[in-house]
Amino acid sequence: MFLIPDPVVRFFHRMASPPHFYSFTERLMPWLVVIFLLLTAAGLYGGLYLAPADYQQGDSYRIIYIHVPSAWMSLFIYMVMAVAGGIGLVWRIKLAEIVAISSAPVGASFTFIALVTGSLWGKPMWGTWWVWDARLTSELILLFLYLGVIGLYGAIDDKRTASRAVAILALVGVVNIPIIHYSVEWWNTLHQGPTVTKMDKPSIHVSMLIPLLLMAISFKFYYLIAMLQRARTELLLRERNAQWVKNMISESK
Amino acid sequence: MSLSHAFFAVIRRDLVLALRRRSEIANPLLFFILVITLFPLGIGAQPHLLQAIAPGIIWVSALLAAMLSLDSLFRSDFDDGSLEQMLLSPHPASVLVLAKIIAHWLVTGLPLLIVAPLLAVFLGMPNHSLGILLLTLLLGTPVLSLIGAIGVALTVGLRRGGMILSLLVLPLYVPVLIFAGNAVQMASGGLPVDAQINILISILLMALVLAPLPVAAALKMSIN
Amino acid sequence: MTMQEFFAMGGYAFYVWTSYGLTLIVLLANIIIPVVQRRQFLRSLALKQKRQ
Repeated sequence: MFLIPDPVVRFFHRMASPPHFYSFTERLMPWLVVIFLLLTAAGLYGGLYLAPADYQQGDSYRIIYIHVPSAWMSLFIYMVMAVAGGIGLVWRIKLAEIVAISSAPVGASFTFIALVTGSLWGKPMWGTWWVWDARLTSELILLFLYLGVIGLYGAIDDKRTASRAVAILALVGVVNIPIIHYSVEWWNTLHQGPTVTKMDKPSIHVSMLIPLLLMAISFKFYYLIAMLQRARTELLLRERNAQWVKNMISESK
Repeated sequence: MSLSHAFFAVIRRDLVLALRRRSEIANPLLFFILVITLFPLGIGAQPHLLQAIAPGIIWVSALLAAMLSLDSLFRSDFDDGSLEQMLLSPHPASVLVLAKIIAHWLVTGLPLLIVAPLLAVFLGMPNHSLGILLLTLLLGTPVLSLIGAIGVALTVGLRRGGMILSLLVLPLYVPVLIFAGNAVQMASGGLPVDAQINILISILLMALVLAPLPVAAALKMSIN
Repeated sequence: MTMQEFFAMGGYAFYVWTSYGLTLIVLLANIIIPVVQRRQFLRSLALKQKRQ
């Protein structure tokens, strides 16, 4: 632990205390929203207006600015969920558990968005709504993994136990995701051949790349906002009988 | 009592118990045969079509049969409290859990291998692919039991765990389905399947080593 | 580029704008649902406290 600077350690210790987390995230929220809106505005302006149309796909490629960042987020959030769950499992930190379970619906939403936009992009490109393409199939299985996490959490009444169950499941999922991804990729190349790579490797121009990266960062901020909103609600539900919640309510009157 | 002693004692105990309740062995097996019988009825008795999709049918049915059998893995021990006793014993829980999974596979997974040739004949699979079918079942069904055990361990304490179990377990079965189903398909066409078999072996080894750990952790969580 | 051209998206308007619209709906719902839940919960807690 001596490698970590003292203020950082103190920051995490304070964040692990529910009342501090609750009030700190409240103060943090406007800043996150402002940064998110600025990044999104810049990304969309660059992507939808400034960037030229693709020479092969025309304007339909502009779905990329939400499809690809969503697909990235779907994996990223699963990793965050597993890491937070693991921390909660080992050190029994309540807030890590809450962050893990609050991430699941956001991750599932991004997976859903990646699937639907992939399908909407596929329709003009492939001529059908659904192709058993490696990426779409992997995303679909990832969505099932997310739904499993959410379902398991909902099925167990005691929320501390449910958090441990979810953390174990998420960690098992993290080990399995690369195997699933690899197997689906392998299965796909075998059955389809590399005919649908039109979407795979766009030799992407800088004017398209910059908005894409902006959107990717903006989605990270969105994830923070949505996850923290859920975490605050979840925290209140779990701590309903704690003194700090009672104090907060009587003060607000 | 040494660890290996305890390991085999658990296997022996579970096998004896299973032999007393024979329906536990018979049910998944019957289910497996029934599902495969339904396919020709649903699709129509077209030999070429059936032959082409036979590997997929057999493997999907095996997946479902394995999932159906999972509930009996920890259920009775959980209900009568012997699971708690086992986890409190001085031996590492993951090893004892592995013994239980192996016993369960011997009772529910292995019988699938015995009826598989019959079903292959039903579906008109060429004879030369039979060996590969048996080999993939031999390598794949233990993985189904090992991964499935994680799911049951997480849900054994729940009253309505059945539906959620399939949601937890089936996505994790995908790699086995892909590689095993494909190996049988290729073998039917007379192509080499070394790569698929090697991958299945490595998946099995990985599952043997890794799966007991989350199972033990999940069981400890479930009995609390 | 005129406004009309921009919204036409080179003939792909339906696909592009459906994608963006759906994304907007899903992302908004993910913020609104927990916030509304929290407000309701806080209100019910405040009511309970008043009664005591």
